Amino acid sequence: MSDLQQRPQQEERRAFLKVGAVAAGSALAPGVLLFGAAQARAPEEPASDKVRWGMIIDVNKCADGCNDCVTACNAENGLTGATGRQDSQWIRKLNIRHLETGVQTSLPMLCQHCEHPPCVDVCPTGASMKRADGIVLVDRHTCIGCRYCMMACPYKARSFVHEPLTDQNPEVPRGKGCVESCTFCVQKLDRGENTTACVEACNAAGHKAMVFGDLNDPNSEIAQVLKTQKTTEVRADLRLNTAVRYQGI
Amino acid sequence: MSSQSYCFEAQACKPALFWTLLGAGGLVLLGTLYAFFTLEHHGHVLTGMDNQIVWGLPHVFAVFLIVAASGVLNVASIGSVFGKKMYKARAPLSGLLAIAMLAGGLAVLVLDLGRPERLIVAMTHYNFKSIFALNMIFYTGFFAIVALYLLTLMDRRLTPWSKPLGMLAFLWRLALTTATGSIFGFLVARAGYNSALYAPMFIIYSFAYGLAVFIIVQTVMYKWNEVEIDERILARLKNLLAVFVAAALYFTAVLHLTNLYYAKQWEFERFILLEGGIYPLLFWGGQVLLGGVLPLILIFSPASRHPASVFLAALLVVIGGHFQMYVTIIGGQAFPLDLFPGYAESSSFYDGVVHPYTPTIWELLLGLGGIAITFLITTVAVRVLNFMPKDDLKELEVELKPH
Repeated sequence: MSDLQQRPQQEERRAFLKVGAVAAGSALAPGVLLFGAAQARAPEEPASDKVRWGMIIDVNKCADGCNDCVTACNAENGLTGATGRQDSQWIRKLNIRHLETGVQTSLPMLCQHCEHPPCVDVCPTGASMKRADGIVLVDRHTCIGCRYCMMACPYKARSFVHEPLTDQNPEVPRGKGCVESCTFCVQKLDRGENTTACVEACNAAGHKAMVFGDLNDPNSEIAQVLKTQKTTEVRADLRLNTAVRYQGI
Repeated sequence: MSSQSYCFEAQACKPALFWTLLGAGGLVLLGTLYAFFTLEHHGHVLTGMDNQIVWGLPHVFAVFLIVAASGVLNVASIGSVFGKKMYKARAPLSGLLAIAMLAGGLAVLVLDLGRPERLIVAMTHYNFKSIFALNMIFYTGFFAIVALYLLTLMDRRLTPWSKPLGMLAFLWRLALTTATGSIFGFLVARAGYNSALYAPMFIIYSFAYGLAVFIIVQTVMYKWNEVEIDERILARLKNLLAVFVAAALYFTAVLHLTNLYYAKQWEFERFILLEGGIYPLLFWGGQVLLGGVLPLILIFSPASRHPASVFLAALLVVIGGHFQMYVTIIGGQAFPLDLFPGYAESSSFYDGVVHPYTPTIWELLLGLGGIAITFLITTVAVRVLNFMPKDDLKELEVELKPH
């Protein structure tokens, strides 16, 4: 009897809990979503040193002859894709062959976004600079075009704009007489997309050779890979602590 | 000597020759300005420079002039700092040439900038970690200090200041050339540079190039004014030049011997000394033979008592100096960066290959502009002011006695 009497009460309680959960959920959800949105920086907010953007490239997954990352970079940043001696190349496919074993590898080479960038050290005006989130950039307003940074870069990652440009991507201003290089698609990062054009293209092609993310976030994929697998810095002897690392070299 | 007339004294001037020289210098400078505005409009696409050879022929001329500018002041320093009267008589000309050459060299660097109109940015934004920025401070300070020093040399009331200012100028110029050499010495990633030797080596180069330029200008001025230099003074100058040239060869040898000791530098040394096409030729034939060995032979040969043979030796040192800058600046860039030691590299961005460089007329015009500016400043200054080295031989008797 008592059981029968209790049943309707339990059902009522369940119904109440359901309604309560939905209500609490709908009350909390915007907060949770807002919390998520808060992780992407507002446009007026400066870059934070809590983040350090980085990239890992698995050369074993990088397909020989595939140039998708280069094409995507050119499209995103408004480069022509021409490869003359005076043309800009922000990312290039580098083929390396071991001199003794003859083993060949193909990998994308770009600005390594060093923690201690030689280009920033040598720039007389401070136009070459490292943003708080580790991205190495050129301030197009203070670059005088002396090219000392190009002399100093160990990765040959920089290009000088040799002629006037037309039809530029308004998000990626470039200019004759200035030096430029990979920006980690800073325009995309600042929009909160948290990826770069080259990584997107590599994923779209199904190679998934490139991982991009926040090196300082222990839960990020890139941090997990760094923690669990062997990666290499190019010219590690220079101790520049690059933000781009390679696997499989 | 005092009865002699010099060009700054109007009656002895050769106006036609003066205006011809001025016209010639002006024409070259016009060509430079034409090149500058053309490049400013079209960009560096017209030059032989590219993303591999980023510093080209203009930098060869510019760095030579800047290095020689600091070196030519040495003549004044030996007079003011070390109290040698023979050199003191040459201090004003030495100071003038220092300013004129630095102005010429810096002008070329500025005219070659990708954004020369932003010179004001370079003067207002300083990254003090950059040796380039420190150089700008050294260069500006050099102008000011040497100008003041010149004042103390030419205005009797300021004579007591000439020794302390001369000392400051001497220390300043040592710092300046250290910084100029370090522009290359601090390039950690490139096989051709990245050596602390660049600082002292550039100082020694500057001694040789500066004194050579001084001897050339002095010889021309004496010839112009039909003055004959005392044989003993000429002997002192040429012996000093020989010491500097030998020291320059020594430092060059040490740099390469050090590199040959490091296995990682072998490839570069093989390139620059043996197999690198034009660069070994310019190194051995231009820098070492023309700019080093031949001047030494000329200086120590029995014929060397003649001013013409010392003049020729000095001229060869200057020519060799330009070859040295070409080998250092362009040769150092022509050798590819080694991103992956132990691997052969290739890419669309010319990794792993020797970079060719063919300068165009525009670069040559920019470079010659530096010489033209130096030439014009010097020609006008020696005409309107008293820069002629005048020796009081009686006073010099003690100093010139054979040791």
